Amino acid sequence: MKSTRLDTAILVFGLLLVWQLLYMVAGANVISAPLATLIRAGQLLADERFWLHIKSTGEAFGLAGIIAIVLGIAVGLWLGFRRFAGDVADPFINTLYSIPKITLYPLILLAFGLGMSAKVAFGVIHGLFPVTIFTMGAVRNVAPIYYRTARIMRLTDFATLATIMAPAALPEILAGIRIGVALTLLGTLIGEFFASTSGVGFALIRASETHAVTDVMAITLLLFVFAASVNALLNFIQRRLRHNG
Amino acid sequence: MGNVDSHISLHAVAKSFPGHDGHPDTHALGPVDLDVARGEFFSVVGPSGCGKSTLLEMISGLSPPTTGTALFNGKPIGGSVPAGIGAVFQQDASFFWLNVWDNVAFGLRRHGIAADEIKHRVNQALAFMGLRAFANAYPAQLSGGMRQRVCIARTLVLRPELLLLDEPFGALDQQTRLLMGDELLRLWRETNATIILITHALDEAAMLSDRIGIMSARPGRFIDIITTNWARDRDSRIVSDERFGAIMGKLWECLREESLRSLKSGS
Repeated sequence: MKSTRLDTAILVFGLLLVWQLLYMVAGANVISAPLATLIRAGQLLADERFWLHIKSTGEAFGLAGIIAIVLGIAVGLWLGFRRFAGDVADPFINTLYSIPKITLYPLILLAFGLGMSAKVAFGVIHGLFPVTIFTMGAVRNVAPIYYRTARIMRLTDFATLATIMAPAALPEILAGIRIGVALTLLGTLIGEFFASTSGVGFALIRASETHAVTDVMAITLLLFVFAASVNALLNFIQRRLRHNG
Repeated sequence: MGNVDSHISLHAVAKSFPGHDGHPDTHALGPVDLDVARGEFFSVVGPSGCGKSTLLEMISGLSPPTTGTALFNGKPIGGSVPAGIGAVFQQDASFFWLNVWDNVAFGLRRHGIAADEIKHRVNQALAFMGLRAFANAYPAQLSGGMRQRVCIARTLVLRPELLLLDEPFGALDQQTRLLMGDELLRLWRETNATIILITHALDEAAMLSDRIGIMSARPGRFIDIITTNWARDRDSRIVSDERFGAIMGKLWECLREESLRSLKSGS
């Protein structure tokens, strides 16, 4: 669709306008102006100390994301193929998916202590379940007609899995990865809010505590742009795989 | 149609499905005896739930009969699909992640056919099914009828000697169905394949078939087999032939009571 790009531009412009209006109504004590925020974001990106925070968050997020995706797909595939195991595990996984993970944070701290491993663990428990649930659903949702087609064509089990099952399930698995990655980032950042001495989340909470309004806004903006970019990238890959014209 | 050279031979074939949670077994089909000659176009009609699809599954080897023997080329059909059988079902089985060309080439690639031969056969099948202009399109961009053509082409390139069709045009509108019927007849003549077609459309059966087997309500048995005596070179225009009306009348006469019975039993 041709108009998508224009729609996006209008949306961004509208948001900036609302932002500016809010600033004019609420004042600099609450939020910073769009332009000042952009400038501060630029300064932060030029600051070496801020890049240490980015590196710390990036490592935790990357590791947590990989664990959530690999583990989630592995468990999801297994539960998808083993219908009985899937039926048994399904209510547990859905419960774990839906409870607010923040209630598990004290437990995570007890188990992993402060620092990197707790951040990673908190990221993983956010991202793991959506990937698992979507993968399980993807395998179960592969149309039975595909199995029959494979058998009529006398394909081996391996060929059926590799050339029919995997591509048929992939778009839905990718949808799970998209949500999983977004939630992993959320989990990692929340992990940094508390009991952490480095990372973008830590920088954000410290800026809030010292009432550095422009810093809070700038870091939030950078996180927003990053999350939206990751989402857009995964969305793009997903669309390419769906072939919806 | 003599039974000189039986391509498919069913002897007292029956199928039951085991009951669950204390329910009794479901007797789905049979016992059925049937001989289909090599190169014959045989259709099966019957009330819904009479076991037509089960019959096709047994012939294809997808699901073995509970009792009786099923022979393909004189050899028993076991629990696996013998070589030389192609099948197209009612549900769309086109692979959404492949374009039309790759969909049609799929089976050939899995069976290690040489690239030149694949190219030759796929292009031939695409031309035959009127899909040449859509070679690069994905199934999502095609209509239901076109997707079904893709599935037929994908089966054709494997050059099956027996083609099993389970209501392949069931989801299509009437005009498309008649035209697809013409294509099916052309395909049947040119490939010399044996075709067994399951259909709920009596006109389709009357127009396409050499013989039509009429099944009873569940457990399905053949209550009659009608020979149409159509010339091998025929097309959908025979619907205006007076013999067409006679065949339709005969089919409905046989089926009316069975359909009522199956309707009353709530299946």
